Amino acid sequence: MGREEFRGDLLEAGILFDAGVEGLYLHSFFFESLVRSIEGLIVRSAKTPRERLLYFPPLMARSTLVATGYVRSFPNLIGSISSFTGGDRELRELSTELETGGEWTKLFTPIDLVTCSAACHSLYPLLSGQTLHEHGDIYEIQGTCFRHEPSPDVARMQSFRMRELVYMGDADGALRQRDSWLEFGRGLLRSLGLEVTVEEANDPFFGRTGRVLASGQRDKKLKFEICCAISSDAPGAIASGNYHEDHFGVSFNIRQRDGEPAHSACFGFGLERIALALIQAHGQSFDAWPTSVTDQLHITWAP
Amino acid sequence: MSSISTTIRSVIATHGQLMSDISGLKDSDDLYENGMTSHATVNVMLALEDTFDVEFPDAVLRRTSFQSIGTIQQLLESIGVQEPPE
Repeated sequence: MGREEFRGDLLEAGILFDAGVEGLYLHSFFFESLVRSIEGLIVRSAKTPRERLLYFPPLMARSTLVATGYVRSFPNLIGSISSFTGGDRELRELSTELETGGEWTKLFTPIDLVTCSAACHSLYPLLSGQTLHEHGDIYEIQGTCFRHEPSPDVARMQSFRMRELVYMGDADGALRQRDSWLEFGRGLLRSLGLEVTVEEANDPFFGRTGRVLASGQRDKKLKFEICCAISSDAPGAIASGNYHEDHFGVSFNIRQRDGEPAHSACFGFGLERIALALIQAHGQSFDAWPTSVTDQLHITWAP
Repeated sequence: MSSISTTIRSVIATHGQLMSDISGLKDSDDLYENGMTSHATVNVMLALEDTFDVEFPDAVLRRTSFQSIGTIQQLLESIGVQEPPE
């Protein structure tokens, strides 16, 4: 079944609920339990030391977004927060706009917060100005991201959770770690009964200039995706491994021991996408699932 | 050196953020190996379009198109540029 049909199925079954904007959903207890179980499995399997586990709120500093370079590369995906900073006089104007169905948003101005574009972006400011340990440092970070991509494809949610493993250190270490995590991720997802493949990929850089950036990313083999058929439509990414060269090391002034800008790599799991892939593969109720899968996910579900 | 090449070199000198002086580079030298980053490449691309008053077709918007002064010159000639603008 295609993704739109799959979406219809999930809404009818009460696994997801339409939140009134395309690509925005409320989650049932079943779906949310599954997402959190996947999170738990990754935590148990990656074994990152607790002091390197971080969770970020759904917003981040606007200055961080600018420093990542995301604004230039993916302006179309960004969520920028605006608030009302007026007083009584502006409130009167706001009320009039609301009553007449006018442009009330013109009375809102951008504030110093934006939505999170990618999990690792919230990490870099914490390391800014620091010198890393000799063999590099690994962090594991999770939070809610937003990408303005309204779509009837249920696997393309506008608001979604990403759990990322991030390495910061030298170039060889970053590439090795990315490749090691690709194997780790593939193994973990296969052990859940998912048929996945690893494919070269590029990010959706915006515009004509984006084509040049995308071709560069592919030529240098910086990005690989772990793909899975969530429906009969073409397989899509449910996780990805990325080598960033020294882009974030330079942007955030994070240094290696020898003073050179740090190189970095990340491996991100798309938690909702993995949940959807599992539901597609095993069914809409845990009692139908193989125990090899529910055991791994620590799901205890009495039929 | 052709005047197209001179103009290309001037654009790269301004926008390419190379590690070394462009006058020391041959037409065949790899610009990426001389420090041109992906974002500098994009700036060079836009500056070339402005300077030569052209728009590169989508099919050539690849990293390899901007690899050297030589490949950029070939690219411009392939879309009909015969001399730099006045």
